[in-house]
Amino acid sequence: MTRKAAIVGGNRIPFARSNKKYARASNQDMLTATIDGLVARYGLAGEQVGEVVAGAVLKHARDFNLTREAVLGSQLSPTTPAYDVQQACGTGLEAAVLVANKIALGQIESGIAGGTDTTSDAPLAVNDDLRHVLIALNNAKTLPDRLKLLGKIRPGQLVPDQPRNVEPRTGLSMGEHAAQTAKVWEVSRESQDELAVASHHNLAAAYDRGFFDDLVTPFLGLTRDDNLRADSSVEKLATLKPVFGKGEGATMTAANSTPLTDGASAVLLASDEWAAQHSLPVLAHLVDAQTAAVDYVHGGEGLLMAPAYAMPVMLARNDLTLQDFDLYEIHEAFASTVLSTMKAWEDPAFCKEKLGLDAPLGSIDRAKLNVNGSSLAAGHPFAATGGRIVASLAKQLHDLGPGKRGLISICAAGGQGVVAILES
Amino acid sequence: MSDWYRDFANSGVGTTLVKQFGLPRPAVLRRYSPGQPLLDGPALVGSAGDGRLRAEIESVLEEDGVTVLSPVTADGGKGPKVAAVVLDATGLTTPADLASAHDFLAPAVKRLGTNGRVVVLGEVPGDAPSPALAAARQALDGLVRSLAKELRAGATANLVYVPTGAEASVPGPLRFFLSGRSAYVDGQTVTLSAADVPSGDGGTTPLAGTVAVVTGAARGIGASIAEVLGRDGAHVVAVDIPAAGQSLAQVANRVGGTALQLDITAPDAAQRLVEHLRERHGGADVVVHNAGITRDKLLVNMDAARWNSVLAVNLQAQLDITQALLEADGALEPGARVVAVSSQSGIAGNRGQTNYSASKAGVIGMVRAWAPEFASRGATINAVAPGFIVTEMTAKMPFGTREVGARLNSLQQGGLPVDVAEAIAWLAQPASAGVNGQVLRVCGQNLLGA
Repeated sequence: MTRKAAIVGGNRIPFARSNKKYARASNQDMLTATIDGLVARYGLAGEQVGEVVAGAVLKHARDFNLTREAVLGSQLSPTTPAYDVQQACGTGLEAAVLVANKIALGQIESGIAGGTDTTSDAPLAVNDDLRHVLIALNNAKTLPDRLKLLGKIRPGQLVPDQPRNVEPRTGLSMGEHAAQTAKVWEVSRESQDELAVASHHNLAAAYDRGFFDDLVTPFLGLTRDDNLRADSSVEKLATLKPVFGKGEGATMTAANSTPLTDGASAVLLASDEWAAQHSLPVLAHLVDAQTAAVDYVHGGEGLLMAPAYAMPVMLARNDLTLQDFDLYEIHEAFASTVLSTMKAWEDPAFCKEKLGLDAPLGSIDRAKLNVNGSSLAAGHPFAATGGRIVASLAKQLHDLGPGKRGLISICAAGGQGVVAILES
Repeated sequence: MSDWYRDFANSGVGTTLVKQFGLPRPAVLRRYSPGQPLLDGPALVGSAGDGRLRAEIESVLEEDGVTVLSPVTADGGKGPKVAAVVLDATGLTTPADLASAHDFLAPAVKRLGTNGRVVVLGEVPGDAPSPALAAARQALDGLVRSLAKELRAGATANLVYVPTGAEASVPGPLRFFLSGRSAYVDGQTVTLSAADVPSGDGGTTPLAGTVAVVTGAARGIGASIAEVLGRDGAHVVAVDIPAAGQSLAQVANRVGGTALQLDITAPDAAQRLVEHLRERHGGADVVVHNAGITRDKLLVNMDAARWNSVLAVNLQAQLDITQALLEADGALEPGARVVAVSSQSGIAGNRGQTNYSASKAGVIGMVRAWAPEFASRGATINAVAPGFIVTEMTAKMPFGTREVGARLNSLQQGGLPVDVAEAIAWLAQPASAGVNGQVLRVCGQNLLGA
């Protein structure tokens, strides 16, 4: 018999827009500071936890052992093992699932799941032509051979390879993919802007009532997410020009899409026994999780629609309906992604033909959706979003009382998605 | 933040120069570190009249391995140097008896070495049955304050009033005033009360097994308090506003404690602290109200925001949190210690600080008023009033103002955050059970309000 892993709490640093406050901070800096904030909150200085699992989507080659290096630089005991994971924007949630599963199996009693990403301190690589020459140069044995190879270097080869926010197999940016899906599901500009404004207002209100006092630790002088616009309004957003999609039907603007962001998050998970031994709270349990992937390359499905497919599998396994939840956290990669996903679950044809269901999953109560803001307001440092959501949702469920259920849905690059259920 | 003048005045050429020009020569103070002997030399112990505390005093000194010398060996001040001079003046019956205090102290103090200690113990003037006796007892106060001003080379003089029945309360305070923990406490008077005092001094970890809350712990004096309480064995719950969270986390991790980001002026702050303590720690043994802010302006130019914010953080939050802890079952452990940080400004006033001084004087009123209720719980509540303490804040003062501010005290130097922290950590000890409702200045006997 397995047990359910408890979510004890979390920590993140405020998320910063690209090339602003964290312009000089590395993934390791941010992850280390985030772990240290978690350690301070839960009194773990010098303690060994079962495992630390984290990752980054944009990663330097030197960061091959990123999480372990962050642990060694942190206040945790240096005898704490760690490993890296990467599942694009699903990284943070997947890390939590991995830690929770080992706890459920009794392989570890406690663990930290996290993620970090910087688009400011991005890895620039030597371009492939130059790299091939340099490798050959390194292998060359004689001076004439070396000189010959050096003569092959051309100015064009000195331009570095930049990481690009595009799908390698389609050459389209994620925004362009999302715009295609928004068109298919006829997601209106107004509904996207409304969702974005709600995200900002909800996040601002959560900060104002002190909700994040035990979820966020300031970093490098930043005390709140700097993308947050508490005074955001539908009228203001309506003035923006679309940035994704083309022509008349283009609806996606800089405001209803998440900006490039830097940041990190971490979640402390444990067995109930470990939490009790350490006099630490159990906010919620991670009940179940499911991943899915879609063939967005030739299968005709939208790049970010995989969570729509993962959801019914997980619901059926837990004998639950989409309406059996008190809170919903659907990651706001783009406002249109959230709205397309919800439209798909409401659509009888999609649910029958694509999901193989007799009846649609139905609608969800919008008053329960992203109640403390989500990525449109907070920003979205890819691997850090899962940890942000897990910790915030667990705390909100705990505040609602025991037996409350929360649902998480996160889309990821490569046509993937992760969904999970938490219960207080 | 080094004291460049003190270092210069103690250097080879500096010593000669400051002597020649008659300049002050501040000493390098002997500060406490764990395992340090109580005193670095013998102690001279004497009595004025028929004192009743000689046995208490001598047993404390002997327990700590200090050689006790008797008054006859004071020898006109010609004997070898001593580390401390202790006078039991509880036997005074008339002002004329004060002559015997002088007879003992004059030759004894001559033999006092660098960083020496003078501690005088007397009866409480207010308890005296006659005006003459009250006068004799009160006279000690003037004597000690003046002597403190005469002492040099880091030496201090302090007075402890011991009412009848409070003899068991003497060891803790006596050890504090003799030790390096009181390096920057000079010319002060503490009045003890009868209490159940556990035996022993707790060794190097007198706070082992305790939980200590410190507000304003992210920086400066608060961070130092957290460190010293942690060093003495407490699990520190370091509290500060969420915006200070990064340095707060560093402090908490450094002392092996926990960080609690909390705006203590929030309406639900006290409740959140109580819940946190109950859930995570059971309750608190020590609470240090250290968080404070300044918003200086002359009274006539001060707006309501400046006034209100200072009173809210420095006074109202202390009242609300203490009240909530007292009311919530188990939030304060039996024998709890509350220490409120006041200020020299709350005693002497300071131009441009009507709001700050009001809040810090209010803190003094608060601890005095609450002391009886705390005593009935076997707990204590006291205030510590720092003088000129060298922090990041004073480093930003103009050079002249800072140097004058730092020198205007009997020790001729600014104090360090650790000096305030040591006083607080002492009040937090189980052995300080007999110190209640007191206001201890940590100011090197500053001239302001002295």
